[in-house]
Amino acid sequence: MFELNLNTVDRPTAFDTDTLWDLLVVGGGPAGLNAALYARRKGLQVAVIAKDFGGQLHNTTDVDNVIGHTLVSGKALADKFLEHVRTLEVPMLHDAMVHALTRQRDGFMIELADGRTLHSKTVLIATGSRPRKLNIEGEVTYANKGVSYCTTCDAPFFKGKHVLVAGGGNSAAEAVIDLSHYARHITVVHRSQWRADQVLLDKLATLRNLTVHLETALLAVHGKDVMTGATVLDKATHTTRQLTADGLFIEIGTLPISEWVKDLVHRNERGEVVVDENQATSIPGLYAAGDVTNQPFKQIIIATAEGAKAALAITQYLNHKTKENPHAQTI
Amino acid sequence: MPKLFNDDIAKQIETILEQLDKPVTLMLFTKSGSCPTCAETRQMLEEISALSQKINIVLKDLEQDSDLAKQYAITLSPSFVMLDAEGTYRGVKFNGIPAGHEINSFISALLEMSGLMPKFHPSVLKRIQKIDKPVNIKVFVTLSCPHCPGAVQSAHRLAMLNEHIDGEMIEAQTFNALSNQYKVSGVPKIVINDAHELVGNQPIEAFLDAIESL
Repeated sequence: MFELNLNTVDRPTAFDTDTLWDLLVVGGGPAGLNAALYARRKGLQVAVIAKDFGGQLHNTTDVDNVIGHTLVSGKALADKFLEHVRTLEVPMLHDAMVHALTRQRDGFMIELADGRTLHSKTVLIATGSRPRKLNIEGEVTYANKGVSYCTTCDAPFFKGKHVLVAGGGNSAAEAVIDLSHYARHITVVHRSQWRADQVLLDKLATLRNLTVHLETALLAVHGKDVMTGATVLDKATHTTRQLTADGLFIEIGTLPISEWVKDLVHRNERGEVVVDENQATSIPGLYAAGDVTNQPFKQIIIATAEGAKAALAITQYLNHKTKENPHAQTI
Repeated sequence: MPKLFNDDIAKQIETILEQLDKPVTLMLFTKSGSCPTCAETRQMLEEISALSQKINIVLKDLEQDSDLAKQYAITLSPSFVMLDAEGTYRGVKFNGIPAGHEINSFISALLEMSGLMPKFHPSVLKRIQKIDKPVNIKVFVTLSCPHCPGAVQSAHRLAMLNEHIDGEMIEAQTFNALSNQYKVSGVPKIVINDAHELVGNQPIEAFLDAIESL
C-alpha cells in the first residue's frame, strides 16, 4: 500500500565537489548501480549521480527473468540493488541532472543543473532510455487524453473501456495483463510478429477479452476532446480500417537518453552510444553501459552485466594510466 | 482498524523523519456521512504524526469549519494543508490520501516545509521569485503512478518558494467527478490556472515556462 522511494524522500547529502573521482557514474539504473558496486570493490573512488535510482525498474510491475528472484516487483528489485550499493558507502547524488560533460586534460568535468561542478578521471554513461513514441498523427494531441505510455499509472482510468495496446515485446504483453484487470476489451496492434516470451504469451492465451492484430500498423489516432479510435493498416491485405477505442497504450520499446553526450561520443542511427567489448566509447576514459548502448537486448540482467564489465575495464584503464605516468598531476 | 504502516515501513519513515528541522502542522478536513478515504487519510496522518514529535495534526470538518475551509480554498474531502512552524499556509495541499507512490511526495513536502529545501540553480530561483500573479497548480495522480510524486513535488516546491503559487495533489480515483471534469485519463496531469496543461512529469523549468506564458 505504500511504495516508499528513497529517491524522493532522502535529502541530498553533502556531496564532495573537491574530490577528483576515479569514476563518476551518471545514471542510477541497474547498469550504473552495478558498475558502482564493482568499481567500489576494486577500490576505486566512485560516486553515482542520478536523477532517479532504480531507473526503469520503477516502471515495471513484475520482474520474473532475473535468476535467483522468482517474481519480484521492479521496485523491490531496485531497492535491493540500491541497498547493496549503499552498504559499500558509495556516495550517491540523486535528483541531479547533468547539464554538461566536457573533456579536460586529465579526465572530465561534469556540470550539474544546479551549478555545481564535479571532476573525474573517467565517466560511465548509464542514463538508460525512455519510452519510444509511435510518431503518428494524433499521438501528441491525444497524449493523456487516451494515449498513454504508463500502464501502471493509467490503467485505472480505463475500467470497462476498450483499449488498444501497440507493441509485441514483453512490455506490451505485460501491459495487456495489467490492463486485463480493468478494461472491458483489449486489442493488440503490432506491426510484425510477437517477440514476447512464451510464458507471457501463454498467459495472454488465457484472457477472454483480448483480440490480437499482428502485421498491422497504427497510422493515426482520432478523437474530439478525447481519443475515440485509431486507423490501422493490415499489411497483408493493404487495407486500412478504423478501430473504435477509448485508449491506446504504447509499449514499443525505448529510445536511449544520449542527447547530453551527442557532441562527445560516436552514436549509431538509433542514438545509442557505440561501445566496444569493454564498454569503451570513442573517447578514452569515457564508457557506457546499459540501455543507452548499442547492445541490442535491453534486459535488466544484461544492463547489470554491462555495468560490471565497464567497471572492470575502467579499473584496468586507470591502472594502465598510472603505470604510464606515475607522477601525473591531477587537474 | 489494523495499522496502515507495517513495522518495516514505519521504521523507515521514522528514520527519514528524524531529519525534520522545524515543526509542521497538518490540517485535515473531512466530513461526516459518505466520505470515501476520509477515515484512511485520518488514520494515515495520525500514524505519521506518531512517528515524529515535530508533526502535529489538527482535525477539521468541511461543513462545520467552513470559514476555515474557505480560507484554505478547500472544497473536497478528505483534503489537508501543510502549515509551517509559524502556522502559515504556503500553498501545499493534498486532496485525497497520499498512499501508494504518493507517500513520497508527502514525506518530501514534510521535510521541505520543515526547512529542508533543496538547492536550486540561481537562474531557476530567480524565475520562481519573479512570479507575481496568482498561480494554482493542480496535479492529478493515481496511487500506482511512479512518475506522479515528482510532479507533485515540483508543484509544492514552487508553492513554498513563492507566495503567489499554490500546488495541490488530487487523487484522481477518489475525486472521480473532478477528474472527469478535467478529462483526466493519464497521470500525472498538471493543470495550471485551470487553463494550461502539462502532460507527464516535467522538469520545474517546464512548469515555469507554462506559468510565464499565462
